[in-house]
Amino acid sequence: MLNAIFEPGFFSSSPVHVALAAGGVVALVSGIVGSFAVVRGQSYAGHALADISVTGGSASFLVGVSPLWGFVGVGVLAAGVMDMIGIQRPRGRDLATGIVRGAGLGLAALFLYWDTTHSNVTGATITILFGSLFTVSSSILPAIVALSVAAVAIVAVLYRPLLLSTVAADLAAARGVSVRLVGLACLVAIALAVSLSAMTIGTILSTALLIGPAAIGLRLSSRPGLAMAWSALAGLAATWLGVLLAYDSFYWPPARHGWPVSFFVVTLIFLGYVAVQGITSRVRRA
Amino acid sequence: MFSGFMTNAWLVATFVAIVAGVVGFFIVLRGQAFVADAVPQGAFAGAAGASLLGINTLIGVAAAALLGALGIGWLGRRGRRDVATALALVVLLGLGALFLSFSTEYAPEIYALLFGEVLGVSANEVLPIAILAVASVAAIAALYRPLLLSSVMPELAEARGIRPARVETLFLVVVALATSMSLPVVGALLIFSLMIGPPAAARSVTSRPLPALALSAVIAVVVVWASIAAAYQTNWPVGFFVGAFGALCYAAGRGWAGLRGRRPARPGWPAAGAHGPGEHGVPAANVRV
Repeated sequence: MLNAIFEPGFFSSSPVHVALAAGGVVALVSGIVGSFAVVRGQSYAGHALADISVTGGSASFLVGVSPLWGFVGVGVLAAGVMDMIGIQRPRGRDLATGIVRGAGLGLAALFLYWDTTHSNVTGATITILFGSLFTVSSSILPAIVALSVAAVAIVAVLYRPLLLSTVAADLAAARGVSVRLVGLACLVAIALAVSLSAMTIGTILSTALLIGPAAIGLRLSSRPGLAMAWSALAGLAATWLGVLLAYDSFYWPPARHGWPVSFFVVTLIFLGYVAVQGITSRVRRA
Repeated sequence: MFSGFMTNAWLVATFVAIVAGVVGFFIVLRGQAFVADAVPQGAFAGAAGASLLGINTLIGVAAAALLGALGIGWLGRRGRRDVATALALVVLLGLGALFLSFSTEYAPEIYALLFGEVLGVSANEVLPIAILAVASVAAIAALYRPLLLSSVMPELAEARGIRPARVETLFLVVVALATSMSLPVVGALLIFSLMIGPPAAARSVTSRPLPALALSAVIAVVVVWASIAAAYQTNWPVGFFVGAFGALCYAAGRGWAGLRGRRPARPGWPAAGAHGPGEHGVPAANVRV
């Protein structure tokens, strides 16, 4: 019976252990930080930062440092640039985000081109864009954990001013909160979370972990703390179930080399969101 | 640079630029940068699916783009629009990842779909792209007044009997159309640079809609031509130049507006934030419709 759910070897395989650990940490952080991204209407910024960290990932292949530092460094840098050119103003914010993203991806195209022509990195494009939890090396686990703690610490330390400046910016400013500085710190936390998930479930799909669980959490509770807890839980559940399904899918048709983890994680998050949305809107109507 | 095989590239790129400039004008006006970003990226899944099934890439891309656009419209009516956009995007990309894992496609082809391969346009691709370009511009022309009105003055538009949800859906379909024709040329990840940079620059030069629309198309054409020429000379990817020149346009527009003592995003324009024009677009007193 258990063998039908957990294919043999699931609990003893070390890539699975690393995938569960790295994916779990990233899902928790994205769920917590993502709640603020969604409430503050910065879904697009989160998505753009994930894409822009590709630039760092592709540059790191070129100069030969660990992709982790490329992803994280460029992600945080881009957060600073976005803040500088006016992301804090709601008007024109998406536009500024889009421009930064376009320029960043243009650079990524150039770096990837150099990666594939000058150095002999085959498949760099795919690795960087889609990633795979099963290829995370256990040596970067400590760095992932440390950066995750940093992202959560930013949000935890700034919890009250962040919440206040999110729901009532004028009131926060009147109470002496530097709305701009808090916004920048929040964006940096988002950049950290997003570049970490870009490393693990792939740059493009990291948006899913940032936005999906947070949207589910905010549907389930209107109390911020509780919504964040739901969000982290939903992200964790989707990631671990996704890893399990991907492991089980190894002998599934048609390819017989396993379906991608990212596909399962994203699909689970989406189904969860649609289900929660359907249930809560029915409950509210009743 | 102007030899036989390059003619197709110049021709197709010009079509793409005109459509991107025209459609992009409304994207910037409506503050839908995220949608302009998500639909092409999601449409990439269609290309992967098409190569798996062995059908024409254009059909796969168009199907995925439509699915994405309608998905955004459907989900967005029930929740936050930026969340809806993000979810529709990631679901399509998840499918794309699945298709890619099934197929035996090599990395260079995927790279081309993501970042563009304008020099590789073949003669039999020109006609379908031309037809789609004409269709997109015609659709915008037909929708022009309701679209403009519901973008800048949603309340007035509603009072005149324009249904914002319907205009929104139709506009998303046009975005999907424009996307599917541009994807093979400038690449999924950079179409939207072309849809955002030139219109943003045009908008900071003039606030009258028709001249801004025309200027936006002209700037887009110039950007694409300059990008192809630069890519031809340096052998670097076209996508890099489109992204860089798009950002330059935006910077120039901001600089121009700054010199003339006004901001591109003046209070008269609707909020270009995460919320749709229907949610809290500010009525524009100084926009001539």
